[in-house]
Amino acid sequence: MFAAEATEGIFQASGWFLENAWLVPAFPALSFLVILFFGKRFPKGGSEVGIAAVAMSFVFAVATGIQWISQVNSAGDDAAVDAVSSTWTWWVNGGIEFNIGTLVDGLAVVLIFVVTTVSLLVHVYSTDYVAGDSRYTHFFAFLSLFTAAMLFFVLSENTLQMIVGWELVGVCSFVLIGHWWEEKPNSDAALKAFLTNRVGDIGLLIGVAVLFFAADQTFSVLEINKMAISGEISHLALLVGACALTAAVISKSGQFFLHTWLPDAMAGPTPVSALIHAATMVVAGVYLIARLYGVFFEGFSIAGSSVNLLAIIGGLTTLVGASLAFVQRDIKKVLAYSTISQLGYMVLALGVGAWTAAIFHLFTHAFFKACLFLGSGSVSHAVHSFDMKSDMGGLRRWMPHTYKTFVIASVALAGIPPLAGFWSKDEILAGTGGWGLAGGTGGNGAYLVILIMGLATAALTAAYMTRCVYLTFFGEFRGHGTPHESGPRIIVPLWILAVLAIVAGWINLPKGFQLVPEGWTERFGHYVEPTADYFPSIAHAKPSWTLAVVSTLVALGGIAVAARYYFGRVRAESPMATEVGRGWTKRSRLASAGHTLLAKKYYLDHLYTGVIAGGVKGPIAKAAYKFNQEGIDKVVNAAGEKSVQAGHVVYDIIDQKVVDGIVNSSGVAPHLAGEEMRKMQTGKVQSYAGIVFVAAALLAIVFILVL
Amino acid sequence: MYVSQFGVLAAVLFAIGVYGILVRRNGILVLMSVELILNSVNINLVAFGALRDTIAGEVFALFVITVAAAEVGVGLAIVLLIYRNRRSVDLSEVDLMKG
Repeated sequence: MFAAEATEGIFQASGWFLENAWLVPAFPALSFLVILFFGKRFPKGGSEVGIAAVAMSFVFAVATGIQWISQVNSAGDDAAVDAVSSTWTWWVNGGIEFNIGTLVDGLAVVLIFVVTTVSLLVHVYSTDYVAGDSRYTHFFAFLSLFTAAMLFFVLSENTLQMIVGWELVGVCSFVLIGHWWEEKPNSDAALKAFLTNRVGDIGLLIGVAVLFFAADQTFSVLEINKMAISGEISHLALLVGACALTAAVISKSGQFFLHTWLPDAMAGPTPVSALIHAATMVVAGVYLIARLYGVFFEGFSIAGSSVNLLAIIGGLTTLVGASLAFVQRDIKKVLAYSTISQLGYMVLALGVGAWTAAIFHLFTHAFFKACLFLGSGSVSHAVHSFDMKSDMGGLRRWMPHTYKTFVIASVALAGIPPLAGFWSKDEILAGTGGWGLAGGTGGNGAYLVILIMGLATAALTAAYMTRCVYLTFFGEFRGHGTPHESGPRIIVPLWILAVLAIVAGWINLPKGFQLVPEGWTERFGHYVEPTADYFPSIAHAKPSWTLAVVSTLVALGGIAVAARYYFGRVRAESPMATEVGRGWTKRSRLASAGHTLLAKKYYLDHLYTGVIAGGVKGPIAKAAYKFNQEGIDKVVNAAGEKSVQAGHVVYDIIDQKVVDGIVNSSGVAPHLAGEEMRKMQTGKVQSYAGIVFVAAALLAIVFILVL
Repeated sequence: MYVSQFGVLAAVLFAIGVYGILVRRNGILVLMSVELILNSVNINLVAFGALRDTIAGEVFALFVITVAAAEVGVGLAIVLLIYRNRRSVDLSEVDLMKG
């Protein structure tokens, strides 16, 4: 079982790495400062500092993981393993201690492993991808800061600390999306991402505040979860808190109706998209739910429902994202919508109670989606464009490595066994417990609707990835010049991620399938899913052959339809005729309307900028203007006229007669007095001296008489 | 020895000084009259100091003499300049500050 046993002797005695997990974010945080202040003095512009720091973090993260595994092993099979929490007092106010610290359990270990792995590969990749950029050093400084912030966030011991990490990653995302801010669309995209996230941040603040007061004034994640599960917090408070936190998840993790910032965020450099907007930052919301699962589980009554807020949002997001991925020309936007769709899967899984499946999907998705993004970056490096229709096609001849890794990751995303995506997606689908075939967590109701949404997305995912691969790597090359394969610093990370995209799924093979010995199954769930009292007792779905076969067939069906369409018919026509449904949209009005709806992204951007934001200057503004003109203006005008009249009266009587009279008369008196006294100013010294002597004599007389 | 003798001497000098300041037209004589007044004050200071058996009177008188020297220096310079401009030191003619 992994390297655990070999190293058990060394690590078993102490949990040093578990207790000192703060070192993991400390390395990149330090490297941020070093690069920021001294980066340009290093021969490679500071990138070597960032890589070294993240490599150290990676080593520490792996060591932490190994210690955690040995801790779980030594506890025995059914014993509860408590999370390792180390805290320091940050400040004290009114008797309440505000702590800062680390909380290490299986969930945190998975996240720090994912973050450090992807971050390390992205760092290496970036040394080639952004080479020669004018803000090369700055770029690496913020990659370091992001890594530190994300690690800080996932190791948070309390919700207050989570807010700090949450905002820090948001700021890094803003800075890195706007890395090439000289072009207006890029800085607009950065602003859009930041402002959309602010909407959800309000939810986060409210949620944290509600939970703080509901949980007897504590921010501690463990305490809040324990109290939520034991029923010490009222259901209403949990529901309000969970709803507020869901708002935060919707904005951060690009869930339906606030997902629109994520495709625009592709304006940032591709390594940033891979690291922040695919593998790590956007899963912060998913992590938030998983971390405070007691609150969500009890608040939304996940056990025993057949529908709830999280599941519905996740289900809608996954469908919306997958359908929008069809009509994109920009390869990165396809991947962005795909990310939205997969994030929807994770939220959906958490919504139906398939906690382990959600985290497992987070784990596998990070690798294959990062691989896809980095692959798209490699392609754009060659053709200097992201536009699949006008500048790509046939690239498999020139870029064999990029092609192979991209296809592997695409197949993993599509969910074809035995690649990683299949195992995690199948576990999610099983977790919904629909059709009663898996005995999931949904109690009697079972999340049947959610299962159907998930299956539909599986077909769509397979189909749009086929389209994407076809447009990029097959057909005739439509761009200019001759493309070339990228260098080793791009290819090697791609292959590492592609291998992970194949094998990452094997660490949580389902139990009932008898493919491998019992001891090798569900290792991921065994080590990651908390067993202590801060985690609700959730029912586990039984894996089902039927569902596995159905979902595989659905995915293969999606690939088959798309492949038949692209590789079969369209190739016969002109290579440019690659619009999805060009044939159908001409023939069928319904299909045409559907295509328009997708091309307009369900009119969501239109809704936000046109109706909601535009409403201020549109009809609402007109109504307000009318009200302004006819209501307020009349009052204002009347008030103005009256005040003018009153002003005249005041001017004529009070100002001209009374005030001026006083002022003038007050001038007259000194004038007259001055006329008199002027005569004393003879200019002759001796008359002055005379006055002085007379005055002195008078004073002397007064002095003598009085005293 | 009676203090009153010094007091009378000082009063006489003071009166002569006041008379000189108010009546004489010559600027230099006015300045000299000012000196007379100052000296009458000095006599008073020294006499009353001796009466009270303290040297504060003499010290004060020394200061007065020092300041008077400076004052007379400035005063004579002004008178000299007036003379250069007007070929006269008649103070009744110097009335440019008449209001």
